[in-house]
Amino acid sequence: MGMTITQKILAHKAGKDRVATGEFVTVPVDLAACHDAAANVVMDTFEATGADRVFDPERVAMTMRAYVPARDPVVAQVHERMRRFARRYGIRHFFDYDGGPHGIEHVLYPAQGLIAAGDVFLNSDSHTPTAGAFGAFAPAMGWSDVGVGLALGTTWFRVPESIKVVVDGPLRPYVGGKDIVLTLIGTIGVAGATYQVLEWTGSTIRALPIEERMTICNMAVEAGAKSAIMEPDEVSQAYIASRGGRPGIVFRSDPDATYARTVSFRGDALEPVVAKPSLPDRVAPVSEVRGTKVTQVFIGTCTNGRLSDLRAAASILKGRKVARGVRLLVSPATRETYMQALKEGLVEVLMEAGATVSPASCGPCAALHSGVLGPDDVCVSTSNRNFPGRMGHPDSKVYLAGPYVAAAAAVAGAIVPPEEVAR
Amino acid sequence: MIVEGRIHVFGDNVTTDEIMPMHKAAATPAELAAYAMAGCDPDFPKKVKPGDVIVAGENFGAGSSRETAPLGLKGAGLGAIVAKSFARTFYRNCINQGLPILVCPDAVAAAKPGDVIRIDLESGRVDVAGRTFQAEPFPPFLLTIIRHGGNVGYARAVLAERARAAGA
Repeated sequence: MGMTITQKILAHKAGKDRVATGEFVTVPVDLAACHDAAANVVMDTFEATGADRVFDPERVAMTMRAYVPARDPVVAQVHERMRRFARRYGIRHFFDYDGGPHGIEHVLYPAQGLIAAGDVFLNSDSHTPTAGAFGAFAPAMGWSDVGVGLALGTTWFRVPESIKVVVDGPLRPYVGGKDIVLTLIGTIGVAGATYQVLEWTGSTIRALPIEERMTICNMAVEAGAKSAIMEPDEVSQAYIASRGGRPGIVFRSDPDATYARTVSFRGDALEPVVAKPSLPDRVAPVSEVRGTKVTQVFIGTCTNGRLSDLRAAASILKGRKVARGVRLLVSPATRETYMQALKEGLVEVLMEAGATVSPASCGPCAALHSGVLGPDDVCVSTSNRNFPGRMGHPDSKVYLAGPYVAAAAAVAGAIVPPEEVAR
Repeated sequence: MIVEGRIHVFGDNVTTDEIMPMHKAAATPAELAAYAMAGCDPDFPKKVKPGDVIVAGENFGAGSSRETAPLGLKGAGLGAIVAKSFARTFYRNCINQGLPILVCPDAVAAAKPGDVIRIDLESGRVDVAGRTFQAEPFPPFLLTIIRHGGNVGYARAVLAERARAAGA
């Protein structure tokens, strides 16, 4: 019986010919990483193990992205501690906002050539599956697991089952990766893939640029999944090569691999969607919530804060103004994203339209920093979660959407189909 | 090991944003206790007594992998969580932090707020409302981590073993 790409990666890493789903394996990690929101627990845990060094300073990364620039004295001390830790243990890939690259790791690390096909990526975040777009095994992970991983250089997994998600055919205008993944989450539910991997395939997926593939893999955990993965191809390998990354090892699922189930969509049947408050599986076509008034629109995050997302938003906002009473916040995912958006004139388009552009960071996604919602606010956000209180006051309402729908809502002051604004 | 305490009932899909707000991510474990379950019930930290047990529905701990969620619950004195099912990263984080966590849908169905629940963590026996239930057993690998008190104890054991092997 064949194996899935996920089984093959874990078998290879565990030094076995094959692994069965449900089996526990201990595997070496290719990159262990943490961000500033998790760093205290990661460093506490590492120190508690008694280790006097990290397993390999060349294969450890840390980035500042949640509270950037430092929000208050508490997080300023976290940042100081991270700098001391990085110096003391010789951390090779330390991304501070001191002139070098920094930003959200799910965009930053691939751009820095740190992710390769066939990798096991251990990172203190639930949106780590984003790296599955490159054919890496990149599960959502907690914080102490990374602290322990820094000491051991290994971690353990229960070999997961996979759900095969097949999307075939062309996409309609204004339908993108976010609409694809939200449609899946709406179909299988917020616990529809618990303990399982979402393995995406089909002609629609293969035709997508790498950034939209990353958006799709990013939201695996919103369906409860352990990770998401796509087989490497010329698109993903060309991106890695262009970033000076390692070629890695290309694994592919066997034709007779076993899946927990298969879910299929026709690309041309998909339409722009939102996830209504307050769970990501409350998915509805934009037409169903048409006219819902909004007070804030947020474009950014590890889900949709990439250059292609800013281009999509700018294509709607060019020559237009945000509706009166709507605050449009934009947060590029990394410093590089921000710089490229500046050079392309996207920042000017966004600001002419009325946007407030904040530094490369998570922005208001988790109410960590600027842009926190009050009780009467209704926000359209390109982020990944709309749980009660996620972006601020528990009574605030968040609709999740892709960049076209978000930008159109900023112009119209209400949720509308993007083509109504764009025409 | 036995956990015995009063029951606090919560529903389905309780998210980590409700268990522990993200803006407390940089707080110390002691400070976290004051915010445990704040998104569901701001008075929870005052109500909960050492050894009390959360009984919840499906997919408890959905969303973020923030480890401040189990750390805050542990800091508030919670003895255990029994649910119909758990979100994966939350489950793994609880094992890693030594916070007892059991899947036992039948016990959830029988539990009422304020009732006393008694859990034998070794055997998985759950006594509540005059009835006895059996929680899902832990896989042997997880039992190893649980017996080390969490993943720090486990890591120390692995490092000690590696040092022994290198010295031998």
